[in-house]
Amino acid sequence: MTAPGSLLVEVRDLVKHYPGERSWFGLGAPRAPVRAVDGVSFTIASGRTLGLVGESGSGKTTVGRTMLRLQEPTSGKVLFEGNDVFGLDAARLRALRRKMQIVFQDPYSSLNPRMTVEETLREPLEIHRLNGAVSALLDEVGLDAAFAKRYPHELSGGQRQRVGIARALSVEPRFIVCDEPVSALDVSVQAQVLNLLADLQAKRRLTYLFIAHDLAVVRHIADDVAVMYLGKIVEHAPAAEIYAQPRHPYTTALLSAVPEPNPRASKQRIVLTGDMPSPAHPPPGCPFHPRCPHPKKSERCRTEPPPLRPITSGHLAACHYAAEPM
Amino acid sequence: MSVLLRVRDLKTYFVTEHGKGTARAVDEVSFDLYPGETLGIVGESGCGKTVTSLSILRLVPEPPGHILPGSLVEFDGRNLLALSAPELRAVRGNQIAMIFQEPMTSLNPVFTVGDQIAEAAIIHQHLSRRAARARAIEMLRLVGIPDPDERVDHYPHQLSGGMRQRVMIAMALICHPKVLIADEPTTALDVTIQAQILELLDRLQQELGMAVLLITHDLGVVAGHADRVVVMYAGRVVETATTEALFEHPTHPYTEGLLAAVPRIDARRARLHAIPGQVPAATAWPPGCRFHPRCPYAWDKCVAQEPPLLETGEGNAAGHTARCWLVTEPERRAPKR
Repeated sequence: MTAPGSLLVEVRDLVKHYPGERSWFGLGAPRAPVRAVDGVSFTIASGRTLGLVGESGSGKTTVGRTMLRLQEPTSGKVLFEGNDVFGLDAARLRALRRKMQIVFQDPYSSLNPRMTVEETLREPLEIHRLNGAVSALLDEVGLDAAFAKRYPHELSGGQRQRVGIARALSVEPRFIVCDEPVSALDVSVQAQVLNLLADLQAKRRLTYLFIAHDLAVVRHIADDVAVMYLGKIVEHAPAAEIYAQPRHPYTTALLSAVPEPNPRASKQRIVLTGDMPSPAHPPPGCPFHPRCPHPKKSERCRTEPPPLRPITSGHLAACHYAAEPM
Repeated sequence: MSVLLRVRDLKTYFVTEHGKGTARAVDEVSFDLYPGETLGIVGESGCGKTVTSLSILRLVPEPPGHILPGSLVEFDGRNLLALSAPELRAVRGNQIAMIFQEPMTSLNPVFTVGDQIAEAAIIHQHLSRRAARARAIEMLRLVGIPDPDERVDHYPHQLSGGMRQRVMIAMALICHPKVLIADEPTTALDVTIQAQILELLDRLQQELGMAVLLITHDLGVVAGHADRVVVMYAGRVVETATTEALFEHPTHPYTEGLLAAVPRIDARRARLHAIPGQVPAATAWPPGCRFHPRCPYAWDKCVAQEPPLLETGEGNAAGHTARCWLVTEPERRAPKR
């Protein structure tokens, strides 16, 4: 067992490219590959939560799925308790999967509609030859034991997501990838599920990678935050710091775009122009430069990709002008 | 100021399959919309906010839907619910227009965006095809689409989600409607694109002087863009107030609970306040106050008798009402949690 605070997960230069499809029904020239994840590195210490934030197409979900080898990587390394996840054979991978689980975004499509809640929760126990009580699992996620006999269509979105969490917990993992676990839920139910995830983390000493597009939700649950844009991490810092003093202009714009439930909030809103470019054709230089509102934006941004580098201790940003934030 | 759109006692019910009963999706909803204002209708899934907006233009599929007699939607002195089909068509898309949540599925994939924007101008304003196309290009420019002369000939699949929502807005506004109904206009969009679209709607509202009925689940969107707010729960209006009064003095326990449940970007809370349980089924609303099974303050009166919308007198703001007995017995708002 790893001591709390020590390194549990390490991702090194992870790359996932999807080959471009051939045009003309497979006969023409192949299109440019989609660079979904383009060199991502981070670590998560035991018992901590890293929030991975980005908009659609930023590559955040691909990072989570590739780490668990639900998708094969193009290159890079993932170490879990020092084991190279990509180097394992099928049997050892299965053993490792017991320790690494995932909770999916859509509680409607991630449960088998033909299986009762009990069957859904029993399956991972049988695969891993574990003894566990379904009723105890249900109790832990705040569902009555009577739910065991029900089918997913009889449950609300929040209840389904609780079943999804119970399924992940059933094999007693150490690490859970939470892939937008509350974005399909209404705000009152979202609060219930976020509180549940926080309680479970404290009780079971879990480590989370919490993937989300909602910066307010991430602020609530994460210890550290990494912001992705076009397959790359553009900023990575302790949560308190990134919200107080964002260093990358994309993070600044993202924070300012969140609608606050306060009519008196007179914040300076930075409205970015344009859309995120296609990850098949990322712009040269800094991937954010075509939309960047930084007043110092220069020729250098158009030609030279800024590396992710420490600006202050523990605060990384990939911007040539991160020392002079907006 | 005179009322532009008056909704009174609107009841829209759905007959469910297998005889499970009648879903009372919208149940005696009343509100007024004034010229030039933005009225937010806020609530969670299943509260009836979308069915309310669809009922105004009679877009609820019948059957299974059914707007009950006694409901009134008055616009320009006429009850829209009593108009003949041709009379209603002259209002739809012309004086009252609507934009929907899903820009992907609300556009026709086999027509160019120019054709789709121009259609309303050809039908309602009797413009020639050429003039309508010129108007469509003008509208695309107005909603901030770059190279409108080229984009007018594009198909929806060639545009991003944000661009499609701009096209939807261009389509809705080409006849300069007096009322724009925006049903979750930014829910499917990323936050930076959402900011673009909301800013665009604010600007167009000022330029064109229309009233906007903004349907949303997002209290943050309401706070930044609505003048007044109607909060819905279980098919009912449970609170109405100016936006400032609602956020400063939320009176209905449901509103209070919702505000406490939202994760905030400006401050980390130790723990979110969750409203226990979930919205009941529309076929079986609880007796008495429909919120009482989830309410931290409920007492026997709440179970026995549903409160009407009561003037709160809170913050001296006229028109702040809440459907809650706490208005008459405020001392019961003792902290039970």
